[in-house]
Amino acid sequence: MAKKGTSDIRFAPTGMESPEKGGVQKGVDLPAATRKKHKSLGLTTQHLKDMYQQMYLQRRFEERAMQQYQKGKFGGFLHLYIGQEAISTGTVFAFNNDDDIITAYRDHGWGLCRGISANEGMAELFGKATGCSGGKGGSMHFANVKEHFWGGYGIVGGHIPIASGLAFANKYNSNGRISACFFGDGAVDQGALHETMNLAQLWKLPTIFVVENNGYSMGTAAKRHTVAEIVDRAKGYGMKSAVINGMDVFSVFEKMKEIAEDVRKHSEPWFVEIRTYRYRGHSMSDPQKYRTKEELEEYQSIDPIERLKSYMLQEKLFKQSDIDSIEEGVEKEVLAAVSFADESPFPEESELYTDMFVEDNPYFHV
Amino acid sequence: MAVLQFREAIKHAIDEEMSRDERVFIMGEEVAEYNGAYKVTEGLLDKYGYWRVIDTPISELGFAGLGVGAAMNGLRPIVEFMTFNFAVLAADQIINHATKVKYMTGGQADCPIVFRGPNASAGQLGATHSVAYDSMYAQFPGLKVIYVSEPNDAKGLMKSAIRDHNPVLFMESEQMYGLKGEVSDEEDFIIPIGKGKIKREGSDVTLVAHGKMYHFAVKAANELAKDGIECEIIDPRTVKPLDLKLIVQSVKKTNRCVVIDEAHPFAGLAAEIGFLIQREAFDYLDAPVLRVCLPDVNAPFSKPLFDAWLPSPKNIIDAVKQVSY
Repeated sequence: MAKKGTSDIRFAPTGMESPEKGGVQKGVDLPAATRKKHKSLGLTTQHLKDMYQQMYLQRRFEERAMQQYQKGKFGGFLHLYIGQEAISTGTVFAFNNDDDIITAYRDHGWGLCRGISANEGMAELFGKATGCSGGKGGSMHFANVKEHFWGGYGIVGGHIPIASGLAFANKYNSNGRISACFFGDGAVDQGALHETMNLAQLWKLPTIFVVENNGYSMGTAAKRHTVAEIVDRAKGYGMKSAVINGMDVFSVFEKMKEIAEDVRKHSEPWFVEIRTYRYRGHSMSDPQKYRTKEELEEYQSIDPIERLKSYMLQEKLFKQSDIDSIEEGVEKEVLAAVSFADESPFPEESELYTDMFVEDNPYFHV
Repeated sequence: MAVLQFREAIKHAIDEEMSRDERVFIMGEEVAEYNGAYKVTEGLLDKYGYWRVIDTPISELGFAGLGVGAAMNGLRPIVEFMTFNFAVLAADQIINHATKVKYMTGGQADCPIVFRGPNASAGQLGATHSVAYDSMYAQFPGLKVIYVSEPNDAKGLMKSAIRDHNPVLFMESEQMYGLKGEVSDEEDFIIPIGKGKIKREGSDVTLVAHGKMYHFAVKAANELAKDGIECEIIDPRTVKPLDLKLIVQSVKKTNRCVVIDEAHPFAGLAAEIGFLIQREAFDYLDAPVLRVCLPDVNAPFSKPLFDAWLPSPKNIIDAVKQVSY
């Protein structure tokens, strides 16, 4: 028996020690990527161009946002999605445009993918009136409801039951839409996930639970915060499940399309673990001492944007000059967005009291 | 006027609104096949079917949040909690999501939802089944909080709550479900949210009391009348928005006020009303505003301890006498 009051008694698995001593380091193991080529996935060269542009936009938008944050152009939290762009892009291309998507606070990529312009996104980060949420949401609360992106949410796991509520309304109205909820591996430990998976399976809701497992719940490696394989949670609910390589946009597209069709056809939920990696810290204040430089470099060497670019060039579908021109276009768009955000006005002070209630003259206690 | 039980008045309101608007549905623990833990939803399953009257697992966080999402996506859910004591498990959805989604998306998503169920104590149910939550929720911007005392108010305000385009908490009481009262048979009878009512006129002291405490105030007022003290009783009916004007008008007339509230004392409705009266009617007061509420102690089980814990008509009478010097 371990001696009372010594470090022989352990609770949380350690992450800082070597694996030989029982330390847990690496977060995720990637499953194999699809071997299919774009045509057999039903993608045209135009699709590839659009996907590449979208992924590159998400990347450059956030890299520029980070610079602006470091320059002190805006405050608050900034959680970057860099490294995970294949997930938002592959999913949005696989879904119908009116399928409902909701995510957590690492939401910029999702917003850009679902119709928020670089201008509206950057302005939201700056807290400007021209932002997608009028400057009231900020980095964590991008939303574009008219294009069925219901927003980013700041309480880990808090949006999971809401996603099933979106699906409930879709089933109630028999409108053929499905919903999908994206959350990080940290949210897997929340009770809200358990309650909602049980409800969704019991009520046959047309919804997909998607863990974007980037290996770390803030600074805690997945194997240090949760037991067993995440995807195996589905078994306890009798729910269909899949594991997807999130560093490959084709793999995400292929599997999410198949799953979306199954959900739409049978009105039954799925639980999906998409394994990925975030290149940046949890937020801007993260010193990232919980992982090695080598691990980060390993994933950067299989970067999803580079991967798609290589495919486009190797298959001789595009010339380097085509790629350059996409990238230049994105670069211009993002720089213009920074200027737009910078020059946009802040919300009027009267806006403090709007959007609280639906009625025109609501009551505010004073 | 028809005489209805409190539970029937609520059911009639839900029934009328469900037949008026297909987007309205009700879900909660035991609401459908069991016909309601307190029979509020009796017969609704037969009338509206499994599509719109839905039994949930015991997953308050899950189904409250599911309701929030359904409301955002165009439906008008009524979420029944078997008691608001259990709604604490769903507080993240009520406080962090239902009230905030519209604001943080810059107005893009609305959340027209009613969370309803019994509030506060109901006899010797122990510490975790006896808390009054109306003041606590009223603290949060974006919520409307209703805690009614009589069947007529229950019907008119429940209809308003269901039609409201914002999140509304509608609170009831296990001990009032069987209470009978006259209910307006006016077609489409509505009481607007935020309007209190003078339920007894009097010139000596204003009593502000809502929910179950209203009935204690009536008992106390009847006793006090025997001693020649005439109480004016105001039932705010809605905790938030609070009908401050009605209370202030009354205090300007009586110059004395006792607030009766079944919450604990710290920062509750009684404290708030006391503050508001000093701000709005300072020069009219002939005595400090007093409050009768729960002590700052958990609910005990033992009968004598429980009786000492719960505010009583006697406590109200003592407070009125204290301000009537």
